[in-house]
Amino acid sequence: MPGYTVNPFVDGFQETPAGPVPRVKTSLGPADHLGTIRARTGIAGNQYKINPGLYCAGNPSSHSPVLVTANYKLSFDSLRKELSNLDAWILVADTRGINVWCAAGKKTFSADEIALQVKRAKLSAIVSHRQLILPQFAAIGVAAHTLQKKCGFNGVFGPLRAADIPRFMKNGRQADEPMRTVTFTVTERSLLVPVEICMLWKVFFLVVPGLFILSGIGPDIFSFKACVERGLTAVGATVTAILAGSMLTPILLPWIPGRQFWLKGLLTGGVMGLAFIFLVNDQAGVMEKGSLWLWVVAIASYTGMNFTGATPFTSLSGVEKEMQRGLPVQFGGALLAIVLWIVAPFVN
Amino acid sequence: MKEFRYIDGAAILKLNEEACVGCGNCVTVCPHRIFALHDKKAGIVDYDACMECGACANNCPVAAIYVNPDDGCGCAAYIINSWISKVTGKRVNMFNN
Ligand code: SF4
Ligand code: SF4
Repeated sequence: MPGYTVNPFVDGFQETPAGPVPRVKTSLGPADHLGTIRARTGIAGNQYKINPGLYCAGNPSSHSPVLVTANYKLSFDSLRKELSNLDAWILVADTRGINVWCAAGKKTFSADEIALQVKRAKLSAIVSHRQLILPQFAAIGVAAHTLQKKCGFNGVFGPLRAADIPRFMKNGRQADEPMRTVTFTVTERSLLVPVEICMLWKVFFLVVPGLFILSGIGPDIFSFKACVERGLTAVGATVTAILAGSMLTPILLPWIPGRQFWLKGLLTGGVMGLAFIFLVNDQAGVMEKGSLWLWVVAIASYTGMNFTGATPFTSLSGVEKEMQRGLPVQFGGALLAIVLWIVAPFVN
Repeated sequence: MKEFRYIDGAAILKLNEEACVGCGNCVTVCPHRIFALHDKKAGIVDYDACMECGACANNCPVAAIYVNPDDGCGCAAYIINSWISKVTGKRVNMFNN
């Protein structure tokens, strides 16, 4: 067809009574891996999508299962790479390129949207059964019991993780408890770290000039030398804090004592802050060291607290509760750190 | 999830056992396995593990479950934005995302 390009993940077309359906590769290529990196670092953001509609894997017939997924490319990839030994139809719903799990996906991944795609793909002409297998996470947005009325298909919930699809199919489309239970392994947590850190770039570049300016203030009004030297120290402390809150806290999450994230971030920040003032030049006085430590603790506590948004076990009500306690401490700590930082050159 | 517990007593999750028709949908969809069926009635077996995702309420055919309907992403930046919105009455996006 002129003007069309075939997506790199498509390796052919399957003829059906409703026209050709693209067949996807069940292994990921270099382009997929590159895209994954872009999405994981937030460069592509949540806008990493593929066209919604019907796809297939293997050589599906009218009896083959229909698996539903989101049109977020990472969700789609994680599903198709599990299908190497399966003949299946894949119905991709338009969730605006947002993954199934994201709260913003709640409104877009709905029964209405699935019904729309079922009709658009003329699915009832392609398969003889009337069953859709939905990812369990989709239940957040999809009221499965309403699907029958909307499109004539029944929705059943498959496993939480696409990796369990082969086992689910072998089990006679039955999910056991582990397949239905959410996990948050160290690998899953580590994959979230780049996004956490990249989310902070904007604020970071707003804060850095401020730190340099504050660092220059001293007895001779403004010292360029202090601006650079103390400024770099302050930026180093900020980077340390971000690493403590947005990297160490997520990765070490279950091993850091406490349940509230602002406290976990505070603890990690406390330790990392101590390490930082030990490493930093000894010319810094007690007041400056205290200021740096407080700064690391306050920022680490905040960035650690922000990780609540990425975990699959924190309730919004709980997060609001801990923020009411954490924010005053973080704000007070940061403010005190800044005051000490400004006052220190006058005292020395 | 056994290795991850969050703040106890915080989640807003209510089950109206009288209205329940015992379909088991909530038992199926909950990613934290919070419901169990006994004598054709759903019961909450692990209230404090609820993350307020709303999957159970969304899939209950008789609206017997109530979950905190606020569906923000639960990160600090989002909540600060929503607090500011409440005060100013406007939608704001002070912090990114
Ligand atoms: S809101 Fe989510 S975590 Fe809480 S009980 Fe319902 S399904 Fe389970
Ligand atoms: S989904 Fe509703 S009706 Fe069905 S078992 Fe749960 S509470 Fe009862």
